[in-house]
Amino acid sequence: MKTIKQVFAYLKGLWIVLKYSFKRPITIRYPEEKRILPQRSRGRHYLTKWEDGAERCVGCELCAIVCPSQAIYVKPAENTPEEMHSHGERYAADFQINMLRCIFCGYCEEACPTGAIVLGNDFNLVSDNRQSLIYTKDMLTEKTPGDSGRDPKREI
Amino acid sequence: MLADIIEVLIKGIVLVLILMGAAAYMTFAERVIMARMQLRLGPNRVGPLGLLQPIADGIKLLTKESFQPAGVDIFTYWLAPCISLFTALFAFVLIPIGGTVELWGRPIRLQIANVDSGIVFLLAFSSLAVYGVVLSGWASNNRYSLLGGLRGTAQLISYEIPMGLSLLTIALAAGTLNLEKIVDAQKASWFVWSNPVSFIIYVITAFAETNRAPFDLPEAEQELTAGYHTEYGGMKFAMFFIAEYVNILAVSAIATTLFLGGWHGPGNIPVVWFLLKIALFVFFFIWVRATLARFRYDQLMSFGWKVLTPIATLNLILTAYFILV
Repeated sequence: MKTIKQVFAYLKGLWIVLKYSFKRPITIRYPEEKRILPQRSRGRHYLTKWEDGAERCVGCELCAIVCPSQAIYVKPAENTPEEMHSHGERYAADFQINMLRCIFCGYCEEACPTGAIVLGNDFNLVSDNRQSLIYTKDMLTEKTPGDSGRDPKREI
Repeated sequence: MLADIIEVLIKGIVLVLILMGAAAYMTFAERVIMARMQLRLGPNRVGPLGLLQPIADGIKLLTKESFQPAGVDIFTYWLAPCISLFTALFAFVLIPIGGTVELWGRPIRLQIANVDSGIVFLLAFSSLAVYGVVLSGWASNNRYSLLGGLRGTAQLISYEIPMGLSLLTIALAAGTLNLEKIVDAQKASWFVWSNPVSFIIYVITAFAETNRAPFDLPEAEQELTAGYHTEYGGMKFAMFFIAEYVNILAVSAIATTLFLGGWHGPGNIPVVWFLLKIALFVFFFIWVRATLARFRYDQLMSFGWKVLTPIATLNLILTAYFILV
């Protein structure tokens, strides 16, 4: 009796597998078709700006401190009355993220007191050399406020 | 006489080419079908619908370094893939693919050798296939390979007996060992209807014979890192691979010949029927591989000796009784 049951289970398994072969595959042809990611999925970083074009980053280095893989380098500098980069006293003179080290945990985004660093949806970060995967401040900073998809009017 | 020799040579070359091509495209079919069963897309990059994938694989394997690990038994190491491939190809010498066709005014039988004791030859050569496995395992100077080879030996020996017993019932029912006469005997009714138990036993043992899932213990990737062909690369590995797939075709062809009426079927398309029946078996092999998990070694042995062998013996005795009485 037990044997018959086991044989029946095998046949049932075969039947289920056959049924699945007529289902639509859940994988996609990647470069031709692209999956729309959830809005809050974490991809490459952006350094956002205020509505008036000033940088949000105040060079506090909290993101660099919280980063578990030590991928972020911030070089802060003092704002001068003639040259105000951000709304605070300091700004980031240099800001680098090593995309090879980054694990996309999003802690930098959580730690940032001004909401300067945000993670976008772009996950397609490939290169054939290491140098180009160290993103500099130019590459990270959004060109015009709101490029990253974050509302430039939002406070934090 | 000379014309006969040329005919046999041409038939042989055509058959080998067809079998190699079929083996290459079986790998492709297996990858696509298994992918669909696992809700994946499978290979679809090389050529239209990925149809050139086997050719790309072949080029890759051909151009690989011909590597030979240190400490191998050189002669046996190089001989083993040849044995595997040869024994796999040999079965097709005996199998009747169709009836007799007329080409350029010459009757050509679609079978290379019409041997009177065809079944015996088939059994002999399917047993010889184990030499490829065990010699490669032993010659590789690798413990995993050796274990794979030993498993292969034990498995093939224990599954050879029920297979032989199940094929004997066909010999009894047909009253002959000649494969062509066995096919002719099934013109009215296939032997699968009169000997269903033999058929089931044969199919199960065929999985063990070809080292396919769920009986793929000699080449278990997870436990033995691919078993007996761990140390083989490039074209030597490809020969094992082709041998495995030609073996699947061979056991499918034997099952078709002995149980499913060979090339008989409605309409006057013998070869097409033969190929269709083989394709059915090949699909079944792939389907089972996508479904069933590998047996544990003791389960495999106890299944072979405690279940299959007694059933096959009983089946043989019953068949003999009904045929005699």
